[in-house]
Amino acid sequence: MTHFADFVQREQIKAPTIEGFGKELCVLGETNDKIVGLAADLAGSTKVNLFGAKFPDRYFNVGIAEQNMFGIAAGLAKCGYIPFATTFSVFASLRALDQIHTDICYQNLNVKIVGTHGGTSFGTGGSTHHAIEDFAVIRSLANMTLICPADMQETALATRAAVNHYGPYYIRLNRGTNPVIYNTDDYGFAVGKAVKLAEGKDATIIACGSCVYQALKASEILEKEGISVCVLNMHTIKPIDKDAILSAIKDTGVIVTAEDHTVIGGLGSAVADVIAENGAGVKFKKLGIQDVFSPMGAPDDLLAIHGINDKGIAEAVKKLL
Amino acid sequence: MTLTKQEWKTLEDKAHSLRKLILDTTRCAGGGHIGGCLSIIDIMTALYYKEMHFDPKKYDDPDRDRCIVSKGHAGIATACLFSDLGLIDPAELKSYNKTGSRLNVHLDSKKIPGLDASTGSLGHGSAMALGMALAAKMSNRSYKTYVLLGDGECDEGSVWESAMATAHFKATNLITIVDRNYNMIDGKTEDVMSLEPFADKWAAFGFDVKVIDGHDFRQICDAIEYAKLAQDKPVVIIANTVKGNGISYMAGNYKWHHGSIDEEKYTIGMNDLEKYHQEKLALIEKEGK
Repeated sequence: MTHFADFVQREQIKAPTIEGFGKELCVLGETNDKIVGLAADLAGSTKVNLFGAKFPDRYFNVGIAEQNMFGIAAGLAKCGYIPFATTFSVFASLRALDQIHTDICYQNLNVKIVGTHGGTSFGTGGSTHHAIEDFAVIRSLANMTLICPADMQETALATRAAVNHYGPYYIRLNRGTNPVIYNTDDYGFAVGKAVKLAEGKDATIIACGSCVYQALKASEILEKEGISVCVLNMHTIKPIDKDAILSAIKDTGVIVTAEDHTVIGGLGSAVADVIAENGAGVKFKKLGIQDVFSPMGAPDDLLAIHGINDKGIAEAVKKLL
Repeated sequence: MTLTKQEWKTLEDKAHSLRKLILDTTRCAGGGHIGGCLSIIDIMTALYYKEMHFDPKKYDDPDRDRCIVSKGHAGIATACLFSDLGLIDPAELKSYNKTGSRLNVHLDSKKIPGLDASTGSLGHGSAMALGMALAAKMSNRSYKTYVLLGDGECDEGSVWESAMATAHFKATNLITIVDRNYNMIDGKTEDVMSLEPFADKWAAFGFDVKVIDGHDFRQICDAIEYAKLAQDKPVVIIANTVKGNGISYMAGNYKWHHGSIDEEKYTIGMNDLEKYHQEKLALIEKEGK
């Protein structure tokens, strides 16, 4: 029997994930005059324009020049500011990677990066605008923290946490709306701590971002078939919550990871590292994009194509059992 | 003219001692980017000993002027200068490039007090400097930010991204200096990837362009003083320099982008530097006021 946590929203409501960032940044800007908003001609998409409208003196749109934006962010951080540099995740993690590597991470600067349109969430954009390697790339950078929130609420909390957490910090967000996961903001969000959304004894699904809701739905499907599944929201991909993974191994012995990202180097790989280094014999499957460029299409269709929707995840769990 | 005869001589003497220290440190380090160190050392001497508001004892003063050497491979020049400023123990220069030393080809700002940025990957310094300049504007501080670019570095598109933004944001508190030594690793700049008409390109990006002799302290200081007064357009100083300046076998030779110094080269180099300095002193005697 699956038992959902008290704070899990049971009725499906959708909310625009990125607005969770834009609105929270405006709130934070009221009390923290060191926060600066940066855009690279995608201010409306990343919602940093909300901050820009409210605090025009602490806002710069650099045009279509991501490398310049992250370099400027490093310079601002050197002078005590807390820049939030925003663009699509594919451009942040690939186009401007050298600046993030050398200017921000190597110098361990207090720069916050918001990469929107993560995974295949800009489905019809095609592979030029999908970000399916960003976890792998960003996770490998020393000093970096990497968060992929599950919904709008968690996005706001991850934004708030960014200001209280010194150092390079990357928030990867979905385009469009995500089903609301939490019915409260008081569920104990903490960087590096997974959130257990459902109790179960037969298997554990570890998911992040848009796959969290799909994992919850998968657990409902499996529950009807008498399979009890634990669901972990691993919103922080780095540093990964080792204790939560080790508990899942001990409690269920079967682990499935689900992410809107290539299976090489992302959440699944981070979980696999923990499993392997602890010598844990466990049935294990990484779900995600299987080392291909994704076809284009509606985001929900793409989740199904890649087997990271509710049905795909449920099937994968059954195969392992 | 900004410089008095005595000021000019003081700067020349300082640059002379730093050139000798660069040659010695390059020898100890087993090699280094000495050509580009010698092309910028006059500019850096003018900045740190004359033009910048910078007290080594208060290297983290929020009101200090900043300087980013975007051509980070000139780390030996920076380290030698910083040792003279008292920010690095001069004896530590002997550890250059030795395993475990904090002094290596591209310096680490986390380890060197007063070093405003870690650079090495080219085309990064001007954006970071622009961030510092925008920070000054936001916090109503009057400090200036200097960025020293290599000319070959200007092949990088990111240099022009930040150039465009520097003019757009009217960041006149950012002073860009290009070390125009006409050489890069694979050859002459105009052979590998032509930069000319270089001054026109900067002008087209919205800069007020000053072209100077980067080994004449009178021109260097005058240009920086001019740039400090910029109101509408940011200033770029294109400093025509000589790669390997002062050493006969290096001067103007792209092959001395990086090299190592044996005893013979060291002896010739030291003699050349002495000769070069004597010529400069004679010039000061003749033209100084």
